Parts: sequence; C-alpha cells; structure tokens
Amino acid sequence: MSDNLAASVREICKANGGDRTRLMDIVRAVQAKFGCVSGPAMEMIAQELKVHRVEVHGMVSFYSFLSEQPKGKVTIRLCNDLVDQMAGAAEVGQAFEDELGIKVGQTTPDGKIALEYTACIGMCDQAPAALVNDVVVTELSTDSARRIVRELRKHMDPARLVTRLGDGNNAHELVHAMVLNNIRVKGSLIFTPTNRGEAIRKALGITPAEVIRAVKTSRLRGRGGAGFPTGLKWEFTRAAPGERRYILCNADEGEPGTFKDRVILTELPDRVFAGMTIAGYAVGAEEGIVYLRGEYAYLRKYLEHTLQERRKDNLLGRNILGKQGFNFDIRIQMGAGAYVCGEETALISSCEGLRGDPKTRPPFPAQKGYLGCPSVVNNVETFACVTKILEQGPATFCEIGSQGSPGTKLLSISGDCKSPGVFEVPFGIKLSEVLKLCGAEDAIAVQVGGASGQMVAREEFGRTICYDDLATGGALMVLGPERNVLEAAEKFMDFFVEESCGYCTPCRVGNVLLRNRLARILAGDGEPSDLDYLNDLGQTVKIMSRCGLGQTSANPILTTLKNFRPAYNALVKKRTDGLQPAFDLRTAVADAERVIGRKSEHAHA
Amino acid sequence: MSATIEFTIDGKEIKGQPGQTILEAAQQAGVYIPRLCYMKGLTPWGSCRVCTVLINGRPQAACTQPIAPGMVVESSTDKVNALRRNIIDMLFVEGNHFCMFCEKSGSCELQALAYRLGIAAPKYPFMFPKRELDMSHPDVFIDHNRCIQCARCVRASRDVDGKHVFDFADRGAHRRIAVNAEAFLKDTDLAVTDKAAEACPVGAIVKKRTGYAVPFGQRLYDKKPIGSEIEAGVKS
Repeated sequence: MSDNLAASVREICKANGGDRTRLMDIVRAVQAKFGCVSGPAMEMIAQELKVHRVEVHGMVSFYSFLSEQPKGKVTIRLCNDLVDQMAGAAEVGQAFEDELGIKVGQTTPDGKIALEYTACIGMCDQAPAALVNDVVVTELSTDSARRIVRELRKHMDPARLVTRLGDGNNAHELVHAMVLNNIRVKGSLIFTPTNRGEAIRKALGITPAEVIRAVKTSRLRGRGGAGFPTGLKWEFTRAAPGERRYILCNADEGEPGTFKDRVILTELPDRVFAGMTIAGYAVGAEEGIVYLRGEYAYLRKYLEHTLQERRKDNLLGRNILGKQGFNFDIRIQMGAGAYVCGEETALISSCEGLRGDPKTRPPFPAQKGYLGCPSVVNNVETFACVTKILEQGPATFCEIGSQGSPGTKLLSISGDCKSPGVFEVPFGIKLSEVLKLCGAEDAIAVQVGGASGQMVAREEFGRTICYDDLATGGALMVLGPERNVLEAAEKFMDFFVEESCGYCTPCRVGNVLLRNRLARILAGDGEPSDLDYLNDLGQTVKIMSRCGLGQTSANPILTTLKNFRPAYNALVKKRTDGLQPAFDLRTAVADAERVIGRKSEHAHA
Repeated sequence: MSATIEFTIDGKEIKGQPGQTILEAAQQAGVYIPRLCYMKGLTPWGSCRVCTVLINGRPQAACTQPIAPGMVVESSTDKVNALRRNIIDMLFVEGNHFCMFCEKSGSCELQALAYRLGIAAPKYPFMFPKRELDMSHPDVFIDHNRCIQCARCVRASRDVDGKHVFDFADRGAHRRIAVNAEAFLKDTDLAVTDKAAEACPVGAIVKKRTGYAVPFGQRLYDKKPIGSEIEAGVKS
C-alpha cells in the first residue's frame, strides 16, 4: 500500500517535471487517486520536489477540495450559498443526511461517500445544486437527493447520475452535464456570431502597440468587477522589464451568485482563447494560463479539446497564422476550492503552486506577476470582449453602453425571479429594467455584485448598472417580499469568514466579529449601540484589509446598515440589565452551569 | 549618491532614499510608525496592518509601500490611531493573551503597543479559542494561544537561518503556524541560536529557561514606551 503510494507520488511528480510550481497539479492528482493527501504523501512530495514538508502541508491545508484525512471515494458537495438556501438546500441536505445516515461533514462508515457543504458553485440559476466529485447535479429536491444516494450506492459512478443533458455544449460528449445555460437575453456583443480566427488575423495585421491602442480606444474596462482599464493594464505589462511575460485568464468565478463565465466557457471558449492570444501578441507573451476554478472541472476536457483544435488550426502554437516569430500557447490550471483565488495576486500564487494568499502590492502583476514576470490578469468576459473589439473595431464597441462604460455586461441573475439566468445588457441599463426582464418586479432588495457587492433597496431600483453607479462583476441576487435582508447579510458574512485567507488581521478577525454580532442581533439580543459597533468595525475591516476580499467583505453589513436601517432598528432594543453591550451573560456562565448542574436563575431571568 | 525623495508625515518633512519603504524612511527620520509584523532584516510582510497610514487619503501598509516624492502621509492622527487600536484589539481577542503570567510581559510588542495607543481593555468580545501548546523541543516552546500570525518566525527561519522550520497551515480564522515535521517542533532542525527562535514579538515562541531572566519591572517596555528609541533618534 505505502509502496503503491510512493510509486504513484513519484510518478505524478515526474509527470509534472518535478516542478515545484506545479504543486497544485501534483496534489490534485494525489487527492484524486488516494482520496486525500496524507502526511506520508506530503513527505514524499516534498522529497521529490526538494521542498519542505511544511510548504506542501501549508498549501494542501489551504484549499477546500484537498484534504489530509481520507474522505469518501465519492464526495457530495452541496452548495449552501444564499440562493441555494432560498431554493431549499437545507431540506436537500437533510435528505442527503437521512439517506446516507451521516451528518454534513462526515463520511459513511464504509468510507465510500462523504457529505459536505460548499460555497457557491456557480449554479444559482438552477439551485439547489451540488458537486458529486466533478459531476454537477442541479435543481435538486429531497427526492432527487435520495435517488442520487441510492444510485451511488449501486454503482459509485458519479457520471451515471447525469440522466438528462443540458442545452448547447453542455450536451457535448466531452462536457456531458445536466447544466443549463439559461441564456435569457442575447445582446449585440458577446452572444453574437464571430468568424473564428478573424480577430487574431486582424490583430496580427497591425503592430502590438496598435492593438493596445485599439483596446484603449474601446475604453474597455475589466469585467470581473474592479473595472480597471484593460488597455492600460496591457500597456503597463508591455512596458515592464522582463524576459518573459504571461497572460492569465481569471476563470475562478467564485463570487456568490455569478455564473456568466461558466456560460461563456461552455459556449464561447474560442472567443476567450482568441482574446488571450491577442493579449499575448499585444504585450509580448508566449504563454497563457486559464485559472479554472475546481468547481468547473467538468468543463476541462472540452476546453482542452478546444485548445487542441486551435493548435491544429495554427491559432495557437508557433508562428500563429503565419506570423513569423509570434508563438503563443495556453494551458489550463485547475483551482481547488478557494474564493480568494479570484483575487488576481492570490490567483497568481495559486498558479505557482502556493497557498492562495494574495501577494504584497506593489509590485503589481503588470510589473511582477506570475513567476515574477510581467503578467496580464483579465476576466473571462474581458477577453471575450477583446476578441469582438479587434474583430469589429473599437468604434462599434463604444456605440453600445454608456459614456463611461462602453459595451455590454453579462449579468448572472438568480433568486426570486421568474427567469433566472444570463442576461447580456448594455451598460447604463436601469436596475428596474433588469428586474422587469427577469420577472422580479416585486423584489424588495437586490444584492448587486455578489456577496462582496451591495444590498440595494427598492427606493434605489432606478439606479443604473455601470462603472460610475452600480459597478458589478454581474451577479444579481433577487430577494422577494418574504425574504429577510439581514439574514441574507448574515449568510454572506458566513461566506467571508469561511473564505478569508487569514493573512491579515482585519479580515481574519474582523469578519468573525462582524458575523457574530449580526447573529446576535438576529437572535434578538442586540441593542442600539450594536449598530455603531458594526459600522465602526465594518469600516475598520474595509479600510485596513490587505486585499479586495477584506476591503469588500464588510459590504453586506455596511450596505444593509445604510439601506435597510429600519430592519435593524426593529430588532435591537435597549438593555435594561445594565450590562456592557459586548457581554453575553448566558454564554459567560454556561461553563459554570455545566459544572454545578443547574441553570443560573439570574442569567436566565 | 542617489537622489533623495521628499515627502511629509503628519506635516513633518521627511527625506528618504529611493527604494525605502515609508516605515524605513520614517524610522530614519526619527518618526515611529507602530508595527508588529515588521522586523528589520526580514522581507516586509504587511499582514498585521498596524502600520497602516493614509497616503493622500488612501490606506496603505507603511512597511510595504515604497516612498514617492510629494506624498502626504497621515500616521499619528486620531483617525489612524483609532483604526490601529481596533486592529490591536482584534489581536487580543483572537487569541488567549494573559499578560499577568506571560513570560513575555514587559518585552511584548503587542502589550507595549496597547499601552502606547492607550488601550486599557479590548472593546471586542474575547473569542477564547482552543489552541495548542508545543513543549516538545528541548530549548524552545510554542504557545499558539499567543500567536498573532505575524510570520516573523516564518521569515526569519527561511530568510536568515536558511531553514524552513515554520510556515502557515489552514486558512481564515483557523490559519496557524505549522512546523516542518509531522507534528512537533522537536522533529524540526530549529536551533536555539536561530533567528527564528528570537523573532517572535509576543510570547508565542519563547526560549525555555529564559522567561524570567530579567525581572518584571525592568524589561524593555517597562521603562519606556515602544517606539521611543526610534523617536530618540537611536539608530537600530
């Protein structure tokens, strides 16, 4: 058995060139083969790669999809984000528990099936959903959960759980998923036909500087949420000294409520790869990496196939389309379950086989990114836009959208609406119009921009989706009349507590404190001064945190405090017992009560 | 002779050299910026966030931010110090810090900073986490109850000692210092003479049999507040 482990580890390390920077691929392979990356496995990997055991240990323990202890042969990961909860994830979880005879977080005694909760898997429009190993199961009910367990017990083959296929390329034999695209509105940019190869041909017909100028002229800004001008980013990267440069595509799409990149990757991967290739030409890079979140592993084979086709057609490889000296290729780097890796410097750390801790800035990725080389990191949708800009010219791109925000935006809409899915809308569209499109006129609130975004109240539905007003990576979670906005905020805080990397103090500690105080208010034990406490603490986390995660993680609380104050006011009441606000008497005496074997009369008065 | 870079901290003119961070340039000029994860000779880390300053209104960690001409830095203002106090508070409630019987009391940087910034007691509720104690090594112990995740031991071992005794494991609130062994410090190559054994700003990594060599009341920060040696212009 241990010989088997040693031989396998050696083989896996060798297959990855004994390269320390490919540690993610190595530990993923070990995890897949042995159901865990055990202590002895870490020791062997460290030896093979000539690194320290603690480096491997630190890396493995960072990612949700890697484990040091053996889990089941099959792991069911039930998504428990807000929208899935709204759709009944708790009941589905209960059904899984009942049928498996275990609790969430446990493995069946025979070691076959493990059950866990996981953060958003990008299927909010078909919630509740779960991953069964790499296989996605959607629109779950208590019945289908029970059926899944019974089937698995029979054959232990997750692939056989896919009994109906989704639309479009979801039905492609290399994808073979029940996932639906749910493309509800096709705009005039992304969801329009293109001639494969034309954008690259046009780009190669002009100089790299002219390509950058075209992207700058289009005024394209990053579609991931931060909105940095793409052309400028490319210019910085091109100008930075370095022997090699890299193009990284952020396909980590971990923001709860976002799933539009999944649809682009399913239906338009060629356009994304073309955008990366154009970026490679523009900044002088020869290698591109798509960082694909672990949750989307089911798309990998199809994406690899698409890359292979492009190599065949000389759209990738050496002297692309006959352009002497322009060489570019793309590899796919799988993630392993860490929201923070959507942060560009954490993404780079992860690509380098490290823990997904964000890096210190400066230097910025454009100066020193992947392996210390100047690197471009752009979102999936951004690259898709680039292809279109080069194909039809920047002027056409600017005709759509608003002055400060040209082009269209893909929105991922889920929650309490009639038609959840992906909507391609021009920038500058009013939130109220979007809600009409998806059938959510009775919404009481919309979380715009995912968990890290803002909770927008009805009075503000007249605001517009654009970089100057409601800037968003595209996630809209709709809350209907029967929803509790503050409970939603609590769910988001749970998420950030779970997903903080813990590197810096305010994010590691502050989010826990925020979540705990909000929970207390929701439990009816809050008092008016708690609201100032939340605001002061939230501001501290926002101002003092090191990366975008911590700088936005307090938003669920800060924006509900601002936009839903009456909901808080209705919950808090002035204490009459004269105790300090932070003091919870019952918790404080709980240990003593256990010892003496009775309840304190005073504490429970 | 390289050109100097001029900027201000709280209105005071500072002259620094290219390549310096705000913290370094300030220190050279006798201006103390509170810090915990920073340690001279180690790669700046930027994790504790105590040294955060406002540069033209934008928050940045002074220990990692390079100086630039004309920048207007706000450091020892009510607003910034209030934020720093919140961070110090968080570090206190996150772990289990019992100054009254800690070997490090009086020379603990966390404790000294709390005093300097005027914290009598944290305003956040204590979390009382369950943390491990590793007494296995003959000369050095780790008390995780007091760890503030500053990575000084990690960097000292890696960058100065040329070893890799420590690194981080897990993430978020569970993030912790791990050792380069299956479980115990005794199984690593840490030597008591290592920089890593004396890099800890708090009482998390302590050399055995030295805890009370200097009596309470006569320790470094018992006499003068932390940072006063910098303000006195003593080159460290």
